[in-house]
Amino acid sequence: MPRKTIAEFKLEYLQILDETGNLDAKLEPKLDDAHLLEIYRYMTLAREGDKRMLNLQRQGRIGTFGPSTGQEAIAVTTALAMNDEDWLVGAFRELGARLVRGETLLGNLLLYNGCEEGNAVLPAEKRVLPISIIIATQNLQAVGLGYAMKYKGDKGAVVSIMGDGATSEGDFHEALNFASVWRTPVVFISQNNQWAISVPRDKQMNSRTIAQKGFAYDMPCIQVDGNDALAMHVAVTEALERAHAGEGPTFIEAVTYRLMMHTTADDPRKYRSEAEENEWWEKEPLKRFRAYLEQKGLWDDQREDTLHAEIKAQIDADVKEFESRTDFKPDAPFDYVYADDHPEIEAQRAEFLKVTGREAKRG
Amino acid sequence: MAKLNMVQAINLGLTQEMANDNDVIILGEDVGVDGGVFRVTDGLLDTYGDTRVLDTPLAESAIVGSSIGMALAGLKPVAEMQFSGFSYLAIHQMEGNAARFRSRSQGVWTCPMVLRMPYGGGVRALEHHSESREVLWAHNPGLKVVIPSSPRNARALIVAAIRDPDPVVFMEPKHSYRAFKEEVPEDEEVMPIGKAQVVQEGTDVTLISWGATQRMALKAAKAVGEETGKSIEIIDLLTISPMDTETIVASVKKTGRCVVAQEAVKSFGPASEIIARLNDHALMYLEAPVARVTGYDVVTPNFIREKMYMPTVERIGNALRETLEF
Repeated sequence: MPRKTIAEFKLEYLQILDETGNLDAKLEPKLDDAHLLEIYRYMTLAREGDKRMLNLQRQGRIGTFGPSTGQEAIAVTTALAMNDEDWLVGAFRELGARLVRGETLLGNLLLYNGCEEGNAVLPAEKRVLPISIIIATQNLQAVGLGYAMKYKGDKGAVVSIMGDGATSEGDFHEALNFASVWRTPVVFISQNNQWAISVPRDKQMNSRTIAQKGFAYDMPCIQVDGNDALAMHVAVTEALERAHAGEGPTFIEAVTYRLMMHTTADDPRKYRSEAEENEWWEKEPLKRFRAYLEQKGLWDDQREDTLHAEIKAQIDADVKEFESRTDFKPDAPFDYVYADDHPEIEAQRAEFLKVTGREAKRG
Repeated sequence: MAKLNMVQAINLGLTQEMANDNDVIILGEDVGVDGGVFRVTDGLLDTYGDTRVLDTPLAESAIVGSSIGMALAGLKPVAEMQFSGFSYLAIHQMEGNAARFRSRSQGVWTCPMVLRMPYGGGVRALEHHSESREVLWAHNPGLKVVIPSSPRNARALIVAAIRDPDPVVFMEPKHSYRAFKEEVPEDEEVMPIGKAQVVQEGTDVTLISWGATQRMALKAAKAVGEETGKSIEIIDLLTISPMDTETIVASVKKTGRCVVAQEAVKSFGPASEIIARLNDHALMYLEAPVARVTGYDVVTPNFIREKMYMPTVERIGNALRETLEF
């Protein structure tokens, strides 16, 4: 009756381009120039989109939203590594991924100004689910989508993005277990941005890493420098290849930092120091990736200026379109309770229209 | 036409819908090899295989949450909660996601799924196995809540639930599972969701109930009808939400009196909602206050005391007599 080791788990960490711009050439992925430039363009678009939305929010022109500044590499490289038939299932801090998959800032502006129309901009064929505000529940939708892909012989895999706090939720663990048992093609990515609103990672869990939570489900797992676009590309590509080959799910912990507030409704000064934020600003993803592009001769100040001018024009156009939208059908919520009409709902619609004096705008 | 109990009748509906549509998937705890703890899914694994009949790990939220994902991708999952008392571990997935996808995305995303669960008391079960909490689901716009009362309507309604474009919570009165048999046609039969059924026409009082209480209502009405010579109209609600106001109101306008019998606890139950609707639409037709026969506002007692806390034929009969005599 021996006492012996019956299982051992080894966890890898992956970083290819460090915060000072040093490149591990042996690990460098062979990405063509166009792909590299797309990564930079979308990271910049997401960053500038955040800035503009924050600006609009502070002026009261949109409502509350959660900025993704500092986390662009995770979202953008992931979405650019996906195929059109893959599904994106997110939380609410992966703007870059949504933009890559075809969402526009217009959709986000509408959504964050309180209009469901913002979730109706992309057709279902694009395979991007709306944001999930309740933490971690979307991981189970991802598992179901993955099961459906497998059942139908569809080529698509599913990428499910969550935060670090999400890995404390039961739904996270249930999702990893189901995905593991069913071997569904799902890539789970936890954006470990160190903070769940005001609760730091070391109060959130006593686990040394988030990635190791995948071991409990005998799932390949890895910790990646989430601010390193090259490392993220490699980790996500490997995970998607496994998913597409029918080899089941993967769990990726992407280490990053939420450089701004949780949402515009909160003030980080209440719970963390500016010094800590400044430390992480040194490690943010755009700066080092731009240096990498410059080293490859793909980028310079002039191209940077041109890109910013293009992005500004694009955002200006979206904001203009957003602010011109005044055609919100007041009784639209009654249209979407059920597919079919129901007398009680229609009676309440009629009452609503009467009370609000909106008959004239009906239809 | 065969005489089936409710378990067999729902099984027939599931079997036929799985044959009709390859997108129909069954999942839940013990639904495969074991055929479900009440055997409602018995034989489906053998017929349709383990990619369509899934014995899942033990996690209600995951059963429901993954069903939502399947539905978003175009499948038609029929998920089983082993007992309704365990379904609260998944209520956030229903309230937070299933009920909302259509509205959240203005119809881009929809969630056609069925969440089956045995509910209700009277089977001498352990704690958590006997409640009647249909209002927890009915309170969520976007969900439909269906409760059959007999083998025949259970079969016709499970078929409708599977074909419905929206999420349907299908609550099966477990006390009625094997309590009686009824002729159920082999050929397809579908009943509309959202419609109550007048099972007996009458002119003096309307008696409304659903689920296992419906059988008590029939017995009470028979006894009181014979005893008093009064004509009792009996309505089987069948769909809790969206509720068929029209049928209820038309009946009470005709009879001027109404008794509602529910197994659920008294406060904030479907009976309260029915009375509120009568208040809105039929107040001036009422000859008597609308009576309620319900459970009491206590945590469901274990089974030694349980039956004393449930509606009975006698209690329903007394309410009918008092309402008729008012």
